[in-house]
Amino acid sequence: MPRNRTLRLAALGSTVQRAASPGYSSSRAANALRRRIIAGVLVALSLALITGYFRESETGALHDVQGVVAEALQPFQVGAERVARPFQDAYGWLAGFFHAKSENERLKAENRLLRVQLTQNATAAQENLELRDAIRFSAGPSFPRDYDQVGARVTANNPSDFREELGISAGREDGLRIYDPVVDADGRLVGHISKVSDSTALVTLLTDASFSVAGLDVQTRTYGLVTHGQGSGEALIFDLVPKEDVVRKRDIIVTAGRRGGELPSLYPQGLVIGTVTAVGQFDVDVNKTIQIEPAADFSSLSTVWVLVRKGR
Amino acid sequence: MLADVVKAGIAFFVAVVLQTAIVSTFEPGNGTADLVLVTLTAVALLRGAVFGACVGFYAGFLLDAANLGTLGFSSLLLTLIGYWIGRYGETTGRDRAHAPLLAIVVVTVLYAVGSLALHYLLGDPVSARSGLVEALPVAILLNLVITIPVYALCRRIFARPGARPAMDVEFGTG
Repeated sequence: MPRNRTLRLAALGSTVQRAASPGYSSSRAANALRRRIIAGVLVALSLALITGYFRESETGALHDVQGVVAEALQPFQVGAERVARPFQDAYGWLAGFFHAKSENERLKAENRLLRVQLTQNATAAQENLELRDAIRFSAGPSFPRDYDQVGARVTANNPSDFREELGISAGREDGLRIYDPVVDADGRLVGHISKVSDSTALVTLLTDASFSVAGLDVQTRTYGLVTHGQGSGEALIFDLVPKEDVVRKRDIIVTAGRRGGELPSLYPQGLVIGTVTAVGQFDVDVNKTIQIEPAADFSSLSTVWVLVRKGR
Repeated sequence: MLADVVKAGIAFFVAVVLQTAIVSTFEPGNGTADLVLVTLTAVALLRGAVFGACVGFYAGFLLDAANLGTLGFSSLLLTLIGYWIGRYGETTGRDRAHAPLLAIVVVTVLYAVGSLALHYLLGDPVSARSGLVEALPVAILLNLVITIPVYALCRRIFARPGARPAMDVEFGTG
């Protein structure tokens, strides 16, 4: 097909302006104005929500609205989580498969050691009870004796890249309060309740930057503060341990059950936090540099238990 | 229009449920995909700035409610993103095959930076290192991976009748 070319004035290069029809121009301007007004109103509404949410108490209207919406979403989240659970397990299995062989050898050796320790511990525990009775020793609240356990399903994982949190399907109506400790099926510390609505709650994980808990080295009885490390991943540090104190690799760190000053701890004594993976010290530092690997497996949590103090 | 609103309402409800219950559990290399952000980008590209801003606000509200986060936090960021991507779709990005992919890279970065800045302004203890250095590259990659199917699905649901989709125009399938 022959191409029909005609000689035309180069419109882009000319100084001649094409006149837009007045109706078209005003309609475009009106559309732009409407668009900006709508966006402006929505932004203002968002800012008002943030301000109102911050200013009101936990029982305020916006928190109630949030609770109602969260409650409406919850069955769908639980359903979706159940459907996806086999795929999540398969993903976890695949991820762990590559480390399985070396881990198997390590666990066998650890198992042998633990069997010996178990026998020794059982004897020591019995002796401890007898001695406590003898001196009428009075201790603080202990787990599990002084706590009820409220089971909850995990409904949301890590909502933000900046925080380490979980959403769970239990709330104020189940007796939960802010700072209640949260553990996994084996009683290992997972985190604490940081926000609570009527039927749902938010758990701040042990690995979050804002989390810290007083810890105790079970083997050497050394106290310190467990916080999130500066490094990547889930590594924790056992801080404020003076150089002269003894902490060894593979020692188990549990909650100390005490806090500085006159204040009682939020956590009962003896909840397992993790295992020491590295111990070091620098000449210029006052304290040791100790790394801990958390005992709880945060990647496969589907159910957690919140410890609610009896008689509260 | 009413049908579009209903469709958007259902689509973002599902996206928020899937995001909070499933997608966020997969964390290869500390980063996660953001299904809500990708869906919003696709819808805003297809339907323009006003629609994008409105569904951004709605999606953010649902997200904050589901996560027990600060109400308005995600709404603010997603409203701005929906509006901006909508404008991009109406102007420069129109009829360009790479528009969804380019848009998702840019909004993933902006959303991460915006979240960090807003958290900082609100006084929340957050780690820029974990959010921007460790999680962001993986998040961009995962978002790019899910953009193609999500955009294709949104195009079937939200494309205006008679409109030529961007990818079809570029590749000559339309």
